[in-house]
Amino acid sequence: MTTPAKSEGAAAVKDGVAPGETLLKVTGLQKHFPIKKGLLQRQVGAVRAVDGIDFEVRSGETLGVVGESGCGKSTMGRLITRLLEPTAGSIEFEGRDITHLGVGGMRPMRRDVQMIFQDPYSSLNPRHTIGTIIGAPFRLQGVEPEGGVKKEVQRLLSVVGLNPEHYNRYPHEFSGGQRQRIGIARALALKPKLVVADEPVSALDVSIQAQVVNLMDDLQEELGLTYVIIAHDLSVVRHVSDRIAVMYLGKIVELADRDSLYRAPMHPYTKALMSAVPIPDPRRRSAKSERILLKGDVPSPISPPSGCRFHTRCWKATEICRTTEPKLVELKPGQQVACHHPENFADQAPQDTVLLTAAKEAAELVSDEILAESAETSAAVAAEVAEHDAEATPKEPAEQAPAADSGNPETDAEK
Amino acid sequence: MTELSKSGAAVGEPTSTSPAPTSFLEVRDLKVHFPTDDGLVKSVDGLSFKLEKGKTLGIVGESGSGKSVTSLGIMGLHTAGQYGKRKAQISGEIWLDGTELLSADPDEVRKLRGREMSMIFQDPLSALHPYYTIGQQIVEAYRIHHDVDKKTAKRRAVEMLDRVGIPQPDKRVDNYPHEFSGGMRQRAMIAMSLVNNPELLIADEPTTALDVTVQAQILDLIRDLQKEFGSAVIIITHDLGVVAELADDILVMYGGRCVERGPAEKVFYEPRHPYTWGLLGSMPRLDREQQERLIPVKGSPPSLINIPSGCAFNPRCPYADIPKDNVTRTVRPELTEVGSQHWAACHLTPEQRERIWTEEIAPKL
Amino acid sequence: MGHRKTSGGPRSCGGPLAVLAYLIRRLFAAAVMLVVIILVVFCIFFLVPKWAGVDIASSFVGKQADPASVAAVREKLGLSDPIFVQVWHFFKGIFVGRTYSAGGDITHCAAPCFGYSFRTEQDVWPVLTDRFPVTLGLALGAAVLWLVFGVAAGVLSALKRGSLWDRGAMVIALGGVSLPIYFTGLLSLAIFSYGLGWIDGKYVPLTESFTGWLGGMILPWVTLAFLYAAMYARITRATMLEILGEDYIRTARAKGLKEQVVISKHAMRSTMTPILTMLGMDLGALIGGAILTETTFSLPGLGQAVLNAIKTQDLPIILGVTLITSLAVLIANLVVDVLYAVIDPRVRLA
Repeated sequence: MTTPAKSEGAAAVKDGVAPGETLLKVTGLQKHFPIKKGLLQRQVGAVRAVDGIDFEVRSGETLGVVGESGCGKSTMGRLITRLLEPTAGSIEFEGRDITHLGVGGMRPMRRDVQMIFQDPYSSLNPRHTIGTIIGAPFRLQGVEPEGGVKKEVQRLLSVVGLNPEHYNRYPHEFSGGQRQRIGIARALALKPKLVVADEPVSALDVSIQAQVVNLMDDLQEELGLTYVIIAHDLSVVRHVSDRIAVMYLGKIVELADRDSLYRAPMHPYTKALMSAVPIPDPRRRSAKSERILLKGDVPSPISPPSGCRFHTRCWKATEICRTTEPKLVELKPGQQVACHHPENFADQAPQDTVLLTAAKEAAELVSDEILAESAETSAAVAAEVAEHDAEATPKEPAEQAPAADSGNPETDAEK
Repeated sequence: MTELSKSGAAVGEPTSTSPAPTSFLEVRDLKVHFPTDDGLVKSVDGLSFKLEKGKTLGIVGESGSGKSVTSLGIMGLHTAGQYGKRKAQISGEIWLDGTELLSADPDEVRKLRGREMSMIFQDPLSALHPYYTIGQQIVEAYRIHHDVDKKTAKRRAVEMLDRVGIPQPDKRVDNYPHEFSGGMRQRAMIAMSLVNNPELLIADEPTTALDVTVQAQILDLIRDLQKEFGSAVIIITHDLGVVAELADDILVMYGGRCVERGPAEKVFYEPRHPYTWGLLGSMPRLDREQQERLIPVKGSPPSLINIPSGCAFNPRCPYADIPKDNVTRTVRPELTEVGSQHWAACHLTPEQRERIWTEEIAPKL
Repeated sequence: MGHRKTSGGPRSCGGPLAVLAYLIRRLFAAAVMLVVIILVVFCIFFLVPKWAGVDIASSFVGKQADPASVAAVREKLGLSDPIFVQVWHFFKGIFVGRTYSAGGDITHCAAPCFGYSFRTEQDVWPVLTDRFPVTLGLALGAAVLWLVFGVAAGVLSALKRGSLWDRGAMVIALGGVSLPIYFTGLLSLAIFSYGLGWIDGKYVPLTESFTGWLGGMILPWVTLAFLYAAMYARITRATMLEILGEDYIRTARAKGLKEQVVISKHAMRSTMTPILTMLGMDLGALIGGAILTETTFSLPGLGQAVLNAIKTQDLPIILGVTLITSLAVLIANLVVDVLYAVIDPRVRLA
């Protein structure tokens, strides 16, 4: 936004990880919140908010995380910023294990990993001026920026598009969008490498949302930031992300490049989620057959369904879905999915064809066109894969994809 | 479609010479102002629209645009709960099925509430009383307007719960709201609001608090129920996707006023107000190829105490300087017809707007 | 979060069995709590004087004690026994009674035995049982008054916020909260009893004369209720105003309910929740003795007894009243928790 910011931005990537390399690596991450009861506070169960997820974030990219309430996406954000202590698994930042670092051990880390919160009203202390709020990270970290804290704060204010003269004002004097800009300025104060944003725009009005989304875009470009953006709004996530993880009940069900995911989602849940988004186009209203209505609500994370957690609401669920949990594997380059019967791809358990009773009920809510189409594309992909396999040596599906892979011929297979 | 013979039909404002309307619902020059210590909050400042039975009107606007206050005004609830505060001032006319509500006896209006017109709210958890079962609350809603015993009313409640897709309604009727999930609560809320077969249903952000898959279920349900009951529906939302799904007509509000009103297709495909363009440009869309950049509206929504003079949108409008003589800052634009059943309030000439839309805005969306 | 569509039916908070199990658990917890309180109180009242160099035996015998009778008393009360033996005897006394013996001098003290007053040498238990009804009558009567007037004033103030009535009521409430009870009490005595002579002001047990009892209690009731009504009015007003802004109140109006019904049914039920919680606590505390009120009006209640006991270092009486107070608070707590769950279905008794 301003010229000095550009040069700083170049400096931000000077040490540490080169763009495209793994910045954050999460393995088997779990967070169970114990449920305690009675006088002795015996643990009688646990909310399995995050229940074993693996992913990595590459330097300079934006990883979007979507899912419905209770899927564990916010908990995940708080785990990777270490605001919460993981129950199991590991988190590596720049190759360093930070899973169980204490407060002291995390302090240097806090400069590199910052968080932006959802509610611009409650995340700013109403009794502090915005100068104090944005300058707080410097004091906490004992950093003296060049030219002094005040000058730096004013620079940050202009970077996020606020008037530097407003240094001495209080949060209540700002509108919601402006407050979110203050939150962003605070997060950027120490030139972090990774910014985790939990629903950064969902509390804002539509016209303001766009301002903040654009601002975050610009800042990423100028400062070389890496983002993990957690949101429930699929359109926003698509707009901001390079890669997207779809979560359901504490698990990642699909993790793919943005374009692959939106063009050809493989997990039935992803497909249902995307089809549920209301399209701002009255002419598409007649095309309601494109919509997949899911049955009922998300089950409780206290006792999630066995096998594939989505099997209770999935119209494709078979016996194997009830008994065996599908692993998150890379079926196409850049597209990992955890499903026995993926969409837009060859069936992973073709021998298992008998639908569960629940699946039959769920299928009644899905139009015949979609069922036919998905069968068709799956068959087409299967044929192509078979062809492909015949000429090339079969690929190990679990293998990691080469970094920063984009645009693959196979993703067009369904067209 | 409407009967004009009812007793209230002839009642009108003393100054008003306009006859009773032929539409099922007609709002004329509605103003709702709230006096506060800081000044007069002009939440709604001259709003007019019509709605026929079986049709859906979508009112779109950002927070503070006056869309929710409009619905409260129609329901006669704008003053509710204002104990000891300076009373809200309301003026204009609201004609519901031949009765003018603002000049009618408040107790008559109360009897219409819940029977002729009912409302569903944004957050079903806080909108349902936590201490009463779902059944008790629906039964109460039914028995206010029907002289039946509790047993009959409960049967009716179960029937309605079943109709809105709640499984095992005979058991669930005895549950408390906290024992329902978000989506089920909103279904129960809908069941409650439809228990008396109202002719007008106002849904104020009915899906905003819900997850997207549940939102799809609820929108589907509202659409089906409207077909079945043939009511007029007003859906109030900030989400253009939701109105596109449901609304026949769209009314875009800004700063307590209507800036554009017309059939949904027109508003989406030939919008004629820069604010509507701004809304369309601000919104990332799943149904299009990835936009390079969103086109936000600059600035923030206006304060309702201090609405900008002239066109309320002028401080945020990129085209405010095109009309001559600073007219956008001094003269409040009136709604003018820009197409069949399509109005917009803007000082730009229709030709200018058509050109800007087709050449500058539409290609970027 | 987390209600499966198929699970149907109301869940865990219901079920009479669950409630019974909860009650048993709570009663057990209360018993444990009571034992702990007894231990602590015992230690404070029997050990602290010892450390402070006050000899319990000689204070029992009195000022003109000769060493022989002091020794006899010490032996009789078992004061030379190790502390845990003393505690054991004390517990045993409460539950099965105990026998004091020193040589040929044997006194049996039937359960529940709290020992003997140092001053009057009376058995403590009958003292407590004599005085308890007075205090209970005072507390309950005043509670009825303050609930009725406090809540009514609070609701009216909320509904007429900012009006003359509201301001007046809140000024009076502020007075009620800040004026000490001996002031209002003496004032009312001066006016109604000594001045106008309307009320005799002497305590008459209920068993003797109902009207006499009423006459003796009316001023204490009003005085005590004035203080509490003021607090309750303020809380009711604040709660009511908050509840009136709730979404579900708007829903009730949108149904077409009359405003009176909206207030009396929907808003009142929610408003009563914090009021009941407070009521339980206050009643529990008052049953331990409204010292100031009882002293001001010369009511022979627990409060007066404990005040006298404190003045004369009559430890067994203090101990007995303390235990009664603790028990009352514990039971009030339990009742409040159960009531709370009855009013608010979201609260689970588990």
